[in-house]
Amino acid sequence: MNVLVYIENITGKFKKSTYEVVSYAAAIAKQTGGTLTAVSIGNVEASTLAEIGKYGASKILNVQQDALSSFVNQAYASIISQAAKSVDASVVVLSNTFTGKGLAPRVAVKLAAGYVDGALELPTITGNSFSVKRGAFSGKAFANVTLNSAIKVITLSPNAYQINDLGTTATIEDFNPSTGAHDFQTMVKEIIRASDKISLPDAELVVSGGRGLKGPENWGMIEELASLLGAATGCSKPVSDSGWRPHEEHVGQTGIAVAPNLYIAIGISGAIQHLAGVSASKVIVVINKDPEAPFFKVADYGIVGDAFEVVPQLIEAVKVLKAQA
Amino acid sequence: MKILVCISNVPDTTTKITFNSNNTEFNTSGVQFILNPYDELALARAIELTEGGNGNVTVVNVGLANTEPTIRKALAIGADDAIRINAAPANAYFVAQQIAKIAKEGQYELILTGRESIDYNGAQTGAMIAEIMDIPSISIIKKLTIDANTATVEREIEGGKEVITVDFPFLASVTEGVAEPKIPNMRGIMSARTKPLQVVEAIAVDTLSSISSFDLPAARSTVKLISTNESAKLIEALHSEAKVI
Repeated sequence: MNVLVYIENITGKFKKSTYEVVSYAAAIAKQTGGTLTAVSIGNVEASTLAEIGKYGASKILNVQQDALSSFVNQAYASIISQAAKSVDASVVVLSNTFTGKGLAPRVAVKLAAGYVDGALELPTITGNSFSVKRGAFSGKAFANVTLNSAIKVITLSPNAYQINDLGTTATIEDFNPSTGAHDFQTMVKEIIRASDKISLPDAELVVSGGRGLKGPENWGMIEELASLLGAATGCSKPVSDSGWRPHEEHVGQTGIAVAPNLYIAIGISGAIQHLAGVSASKVIVVINKDPEAPFFKVADYGIVGDAFEVVPQLIEAVKVLKAQA
Repeated sequence: MKILVCISNVPDTTTKITFNSNNTEFNTSGVQFILNPYDELALARAIELTEGGNGNVTVVNVGLANTEPTIRKALAIGADDAIRINAAPANAYFVAQQIAKIAKEGQYELILTGRESIDYNGAQTGAMIAEIMDIPSISIIKKLTIDANTATVEREIEGGKEVITVDFPFLASVTEGVAEPKIPNMRGIMSARTKPLQVVEAIAVDTLSSISSFDLPAARSTVKLISTNESAKLIEALHSEAKVI
């Protein structure tokens, strides 16, 4: 099956999730004996585009127009579906980022395709059956979704698939899709960056704080530990509801579901709604002074103790570790 | 302004998830169902935008008769009327086709959904409705303001946000920040019983996807406890044993 992957850039740069999705799409192409084509929209330099070749795309369709330099949902969806048709793709893959989540459903409707979002593994393909595993019930379970359509659209969850440098190269071609005024009904006026902080949904490491920290003034040590580790900061729902931390840091069933390699929960008891949002983490560390905190039941490592005693020790230990490296 | 808010009937957030029939069906026995928390935010913003007789809020749900308590809850919170499309919500595409038909017929200027439902977490239905209707959509917005004929929304992106302007009609899916949930008052609860709830039949839609089975996460191994005065050992273990830092 020929596969098309959308390589999302943010202001001309690719992020880790883009390399992950290319590796994932290359594996599907290999699995089904097809070729992998990538499509890029916006202003990405040729040398940056060429990087994508290493991960298994044999061709890159480059759509470069000033009007497309910032995200326009309808136009992007139209271009991706035109690219899919031009390479006769049976599978179209995107990243399950904020942008991917807005784009993929539109692409799926345009292509009359069945759609699985947030894939966690490669598809299982046996004969005519094509099924993909994804999370469900906000991390409390998994669902195996069967796609019955000729074309399939998949978005890949961040941190779910390993980047594989295959040492291959890709040819870059200009691609000229047809778009009309109708495709440009939304306009990005401004992009506001939340400093250089690591974003929570695709972070590899997360340090999260709860009510046990007693107040927003005590977040300094959480931020220091996170910054030393190169981690994103998160929080529990009561913390964001009280306005101690912004909503976009709220981890849990009604906030952000994360899947980092390491999740450190400090002063969070572990309500079922919070646990749902972190169940996909590879290693969970819990620091809580209550030995009965439910979070310890799903933790890999735990310290029963006061955060105000433990965290400064951890900060020192990370400094020592970094000094050795 | 005419606003359509799409609502979903989902298991309460404290539900322990189990499955029936060889892991092919969600076991709803004993499960309390609620209005999807993100849809509650969409509804709250819609009510704010139409305050003072400045428009009308309709809620729409694709579900069987058992979703009516959730629809009445939305009416109690402040929606003016409701439509129930009488079918089990087979998948996002099925639901999107049903709602798109209602939305076209009703000529709504603004359609709001939650960012995702907390049962299947697809975040699919909203953008699919917009694509079927051929109108703009903005997914996962945390702010929505209206000035004459233009709306300004803030969309979440990794590590920041985008400020976007869009003309009507359009669809947006909302997340935390867009409004605070509203708690129904006694007058709302009383009037909800008599507000119009129209039931319409579903249209046929191709089944493009279906859930073949569910799995539960594997149990984690028991926690390794480290004593408070040896906290540094945790960092050592994460580095050399778990190899995550």
